[in-house]
Amino acid sequence: MNHSLGDVVTQLSYLLAAALFIFSLRWLNRPNTARRGVIAGVAGMSAAILGTLLHPEIVASGYLWIAGAALVGIAVGIPLSRVPLTAVPQRTAISHAFGGLAAGLVGTAKYMLWLHDGSLTAFRVGVIAIEVILGYLTFTGSLMAAGKLQEVIPTRPITYPGQNYINLGLLGIALVAGIGLMLDPTRSFLFPVIVGLSLLFGVLLIIPIGGADMPTVISLLNSYAGLSAVAMGFVLENKLLITAGALDGASGFILSVIMCRAMNRSFTNVLFGAFGQVQVAAAVGEAKPVKSASAQDAADYLGNASRVVIVPGYGMAVAQAQHRVKEIYEELTKRGVDVKFAIHPVAGRMPGHMNVLLAEAEIPYGALVEMDEINPEMPQTDVTLVVGANDVVNPAARSDKGSPIYGMPIIDADKSRMVLANKRSMNPGFAGIDNALYTADNTLMVFGDAKAVLGDIANALRHESKAAA
Amino acid sequence: MAELDLFSMLFVLMLSTFVGFQVIQNVSRLLHTPLMSLTNAISAIAVVGSIIITGEQKDTLSIALGAVAVFASVTNIVSGFLITDRMLKMFKEREPKR
Repeated sequence: MNHSLGDVVTQLSYLLAAALFIFSLRWLNRPNTARRGVIAGVAGMSAAILGTLLHPEIVASGYLWIAGAALVGIAVGIPLSRVPLTAVPQRTAISHAFGGLAAGLVGTAKYMLWLHDGSLTAFRVGVIAIEVILGYLTFTGSLMAAGKLQEVIPTRPITYPGQNYINLGLLGIALVAGIGLMLDPTRSFLFPVIVGLSLLFGVLLIIPIGGADMPTVISLLNSYAGLSAVAMGFVLENKLLITAGALDGASGFILSVIMCRAMNRSFTNVLFGAFGQVQVAAAVGEAKPVKSASAQDAADYLGNASRVVIVPGYGMAVAQAQHRVKEIYEELTKRGVDVKFAIHPVAGRMPGHMNVLLAEAEIPYGALVEMDEINPEMPQTDVTLVVGANDVVNPAARSDKGSPIYGMPIIDADKSRMVLANKRSMNPGFAGIDNALYTADNTLMVFGDAKAVLGDIANALRHESKAAA
Repeated sequence: MAELDLFSMLFVLMLSTFVGFQVIQNVSRLLHTPLMSLTNAISAIAVVGSIIITGEQKDTLSIALGAVAVFASVTNIVSGFLITDRMLKMFKEREPKR
């Protein structure tokens, strides 16, 4: 155990970085300390990178390569951080893909280097195989998820007979190839087999998953990206990588569990269930009459209420209507109406997405209430305004055993005295399931583009308060 | 020696997983999107491995793979931290005064 001075400095920088990363996540617990968390994260990252650059094995020409690659990374990273907030899920999926790619490439490079100098051991091959499998499947899987979120790839599940067996079979072959390579590390022909199968498995894993399951999938891929960093830590014997990867992996895992619970589904059901393909059969039923109201009527009902709950969904953000929602919120609050936003855990396309979209519209986070807290208040609510949300307010989840979303916890919009639901038309939503809320006796539909309709409601409220003054 | 290191690595993994579960369970649901982008940036610490592989300059293939890995990790670091901060700035407790 001979430590050079440079080595000691590097190791100390890693120790410091690990501590700062933990503080970073700790400060993220609450909105008022959260930005400090980013500073801690940046400080930890800078310390670790500087410590690494001191590494004695880095040669002069190496710095040029590193600097060049880093500059390109900065050039791509800055625009990626400025995407519209509706596109944050895609950006997140792409960054999972890059995380997986980095792990896969480092694993590949290490295998080649160790193969050439004959220092491959069974342990090294084993952890490299895990790193490479996780890394490459996260890479292609996340690219597929990003494609579905961006809707360049069909969001409907693509299924074929025997799909799950084929997928698991491919993963099994990759694992067996990994074991074969561990037994004899010089069977280098097996390595491309592992790489190819992992890349293919990532694609096939995501193809059958429908758009509505993206919040879970993106969390799961987050976890895989973290685990591939852990595996890289075992390959490089780097404890900082293991720590940071484990934090990321744990975070992704917790978020996946929350998402699964919010949809009353299990991991296996999300991964192998091909959600969203049964609605064609379910759509057939007797057509109940729909009652509709104008924006002016809606404004009157809202203005005369004392408690209003707004249930926003991703459709609100697609229509860019969040600023109109904010205007309605302001007008009603001015009149002393109690307005709250009911946030379902899977509203939006990734965990917490809706909160970010509403925060962007400058709605204070004190008005954003989680599903479990708002539901007991729903029977005392005068008017519930549903904007671009669909499945998360569908009462079929409570009552209709045949519905694909049966058992999913929902916001009890139907229990409020009156429901105003905005929709462009009666087409089913992202998940493609009919909604009984729209034909309920206490529901009035306000048809039209969300941005236009909500703008009209806001204007009507504004005129009224001016007339009253 | 190798086995000893394996076990100390497993210890680190076990402990940091517990720390991760503890710390992340307390993150407000309001902030789950920034949480994901922050942990994303943090796990791009993989950059240290990519830096060494690229910097050692052992052979052309490892340099090329390492450089792409540096690029991918730096992209995640830069975009991850920047977008997390951008989102967190938007969270206001009360109505902004104007």
